[in-house]
Amino acid sequence: MKACDPNFAREIMEKSKTSLTRCFSCMTCSSGCQFQHIMDVKPHAIIRMVQTGFREEALSASGPWLCVGCNTCSTNCPNAIDIPAVMDAIRQTAIVEKRKIPEPNVLNFHNAVLNSIKRYGRTHKIEIMMRYKLIQRDLFSDMDIGLRMLAKRKLDLRASKVKELPEIKKLFNKAG
Amino acid sequence: MKTSAKENNESLKEFFNKIGIKLVELTDWSCCGSSSAHCVDTDLALDLASRNLAIAPPDKPLLVSCPSCTLRLKQAHLHISEDENLQKRFKDKWGKSFNPDLKVIHYFELLEEMDFSKLAKEIKKPLTGLKFVPYYGCMLARPPEMRHAKNYHNLLENMLAALGATPLDWGSGSRCCGTFLSVAKPEAITPIINEIIQNGINTGADCLITACSMCQLNLEIRCDLKHQIPTLHFSEVLSLAMGTNKYKRWFPRHLVDPTPLLTRLGLIP
Repeated sequence: MKACDPNFAREIMEKSKTSLTRCFSCMTCSSGCQFQHIMDVKPHAIIRMVQTGFREEALSASGPWLCVGCNTCSTNCPNAIDIPAVMDAIRQTAIVEKRKIPEPNVLNFHNAVLNSIKRYGRTHKIEIMMRYKLIQRDLFSDMDIGLRMLAKRKLDLRASKVKELPEIKKLFNKAG
Repeated sequence: MKTSAKENNESLKEFFNKIGIKLVELTDWSCCGSSSAHCVDTDLALDLASRNLAIAPPDKPLLVSCPSCTLRLKQAHLHISEDENLQKRFKDKWGKSFNPDLKVIHYFELLEEMDFSKLAKEIKKPLTGLKFVPYYGCMLARPPEMRHAKNYHNLLENMLAALGATPLDWGSGSRCCGTFLSVAKPEAITPIINEIIQNGINTGADCLITACSMCQLNLEIRCDLKHQIPTLHFSEVLSLAMGTNKYKRWFPRHLVDPTPLLTRLGLIP
């Protein structure tokens, strides 16, 4: 077993602003999670890894990347732990440390959305999808759905833009 | 909502117009950060949400329709209210003081105060015969710090039952639709969506009714069952009951056409 990081729990608690030492591993979070079956490490086990300092394991798990933040777990948690905030903290730590992202497609999608917000202040769906598909080098999957959405005019070709765009761009510059 | 769910946006405005409440779009609103900003950068997520709080008129409630935007804006308002450093950050960014009294509300909070039996007397088109299952997705779930705030379980059922429809009980009404995994991991989402829709069919429902645009889209695009039932926006159904004739612009935008069902029930000609 690799050496554990005794400060990991404190680090994640500071970043997530939630007290995960309250967790007694009842597994309520994982049993209610809609996506636990596709996670390598399930939510309760992620929390346990953080409590016990398994830094490497927690930061390379797919679980946090497959969490969509639906808050089902945190609504059910008997100890009122903000589990999605813990997942945010783990993802952000992995990004800052330039780690290999276990679900790169998820991060690619988030980046495509954020690029759109930076560019227009709003999400321009068709461009997000095109850019995401380009990064993924997968241009043809979902083409049928894209075309049906276009036909139903659910995808605007022109982006809706914020007028005060510099305000938005500044937020991104400061954020690095 | 303004693009991918125009029918939701327009029908919501139509309903409120019919009941005498005028909604005015927030001038120059920007994206709340959606599900992506908080995944990648907590500060950026807060700033994106706080811009909308900063440009909102101070003396009017900021009414939000998207459940996810509601959560982002309410949570940002809560965090800034409780933290002087964030209030300073707010002032530095937007050149004005944070307004702790700004009311950020979801439109359910307006509906909840209405007298449904009174509304039932005013409707033009009772929703008689419409058997539906309510689909909330994750909209009634929230982080622990907000768990003592009011919640709105059963509002869809109560309101639509008062207007003549028949809500059916089922177990999938609060199962998450998958949000962005529908794009990033569609192969994992299709079985989940299929199960939700199939559960609705097994319950005997003619349709699902949801108050979230993203849920509505995911339920439509990721279902590959041979036999499907439509998913209607709550606002569309409310507007139908109020006797709107604008539905002709809304229903053609659905990927699963609800018009055969609504015609069969006599809710549209």
